[in-house]
Amino acid sequence: MKITDSQVLHVAGLARLKLDSSEVERFQRELNSILAYMEMLSEVDTADAAPLHHTFPMTNVFRPDAAKESQDISDALGNAPQHEDGFIVVPKVIE
Amino acid sequence: MLATARKYRKSGKSPVDEIEEILERIRTDTHNAFITVDEQGALESARQAEKLIESSDDPLIGVPIAVKDNICTKDIRTTCASNILTGFTPTYDATVVEKLKRRGAVILGKTNLDEFAMGSTTTTSNIGPSLNPWDPGRTPGGSSGGSAAAVALNLCAGALGSDTGGSIRMPASFCGITGLKPTYGSVSRYGLVAFASSLDQIGPMTSSARDAALLFDAVKGHDPLDSTSVPQEYLPTDLDGLDLDGMRIGVPDDFFAEGLNPEVEQAVRFGISILENLGAKVRRIRLPHIRYGVAVYYIIATAEASSNLARYDGVRYGSRAPHAEDLVEMYLETRSKGFGAEVKRRIMLGTYVLSAGYYEAYYKKASEVRSLIASDFDEAFAECDLIAGPASPVTAFGLGEMADNPLSIYLLDIYTIPANLAGLPALSIPCGFDTEGLPVGMQLMAPCFREDLLLGAGISFQDHTKFHQVKP
Repeated sequence: MKITDSQVLHVAGLARLKLDSSEVERFQRELNSILAYMEMLSEVDTADAAPLHHTFPMTNVFRPDAAKESQDISDALGNAPQHEDGFIVVPKVIE
Repeated sequence: MLATARKYRKSGKSPVDEIEEILERIRTDTHNAFITVDEQGALESARQAEKLIESSDDPLIGVPIAVKDNICTKDIRTTCASNILTGFTPTYDATVVEKLKRRGAVILGKTNLDEFAMGSTTTTSNIGPSLNPWDPGRTPGGSSGGSAAAVALNLCAGALGSDTGGSIRMPASFCGITGLKPTYGSVSRYGLVAFASSLDQIGPMTSSARDAALLFDAVKGHDPLDSTSVPQEYLPTDLDGLDLDGMRIGVPDDFFAEGLNPEVEQAVRFGISILENLGAKVRRIRLPHIRYGVAVYYIIATAEASSNLARYDGVRYGSRAPHAEDLVEMYLETRSKGFGAEVKRRIMLGTYVLSAGYYEAYYKKASEVRSLIASDFDEAFAECDLIAGPASPVTAFGLGEMADNPLSIYLLDIYTIPANLAGLPALSIPCGFDTEGLPVGMQLMAPCFREDLLLGAGISFQDHTKFHQVKP
């Protein structure tokens, strides 16, 4: 599978990355070389292999549904690039 | 760490004096091991240690620890060596840090790493590379290169690193120290900045296996704040070591194949012969799917990373590109300026392998081969107690070497990746030097939750060898 420059741009859009033309050229070349290496997986017979996503499949790890102290809002907002009246400010989303 | 404890207990040295000396060494050191040093916090903890030491015999009291800068520390900035986290100061401690503080250890500061722990050289850091203590023209390995260099240079008594595909063991081998990647789920990931959540694990980097056991025991255990933390009883490690008589050690042919530097092979085979002299029974084994490990890993790890790193959008914390007209432009500008080239490359690869039309061929296939790799280990451990081999195919190489060939750097993780994919614990210990005097690491692997075997064998090996005592 060869990845084209328009696919590089498509993937960059999905990943919310803006690439300049030299980056597009470079990622196209590098991704193709890495993906070519990964082609080796096609020689493995996995017909009987269940996918492994996690070493210890633990599901539904819940905590009791009880109210607890949570982080102070002003502390949490201390890391926000821009905030006002207890809210995070971002550029306008809706006209 | 035990040496520091002995200084306090046997020689009556003051923790404040010890910490002041170490801070002075850090100030004058030129290996770029630290990103942030918390001098005031460290001295304050040292003063407290001075009082605590009278009333408690905990060997961790006053012991200076360095923490990799992808582990959150309350009120100390945590950068992941990335511009995108500029201005970020955690409001809480990672569980591992909290545990160490509670035991009276002194947190010195934060060590250098590859950006977001993505790399094997510590050169993708936004503050520039750490330098190898044995030769400043070479890489200390990565991604926990700052922690490895700090331990080797005696700029701390022990350090925490994180290991997703070898990031503790590889720099440990390049710097001549001991590094443990614990069983997945045995050390809490709460407060560890996520790279690949099904593979990441925090572990100790120290100057001996005994110290590694001490630090591992201090940070391990179930944590309700990490839903992948395994709830079970965690017993303390026996610091006396292990009788190796009759222990079955498997040596995979697949670890001594093409691409292994002959001098590394020689040193590792010598290390294995020492285990044999101590009574271990060595046998050849096969791990037939190991050769697919790198391909599997760079699909799964980048897929998980592309998802984990979606949170860096300039909204809630970290840097934000100014003057964006709308929200999407703010995301694009923030992320494009904030991430370095290697992180972008991995986000691109991970996004691609998860994208419509490619998921089956890459991510699903890789997850299936991952289970075959785990089965290889199940079969191997039915006939042996430990597996031994090299930690890295090479010794420390020149800074910037291979920089324009990412695949060649990825291939260096070939011996370390399998333990992450299968969740197994693995240890790297010094076992010799190449002809240029650079350290070589031997890797031992054990079944899940058998760190007692790994560390016990490591302690016994080091009680009979001096490789770990040689300083740069």
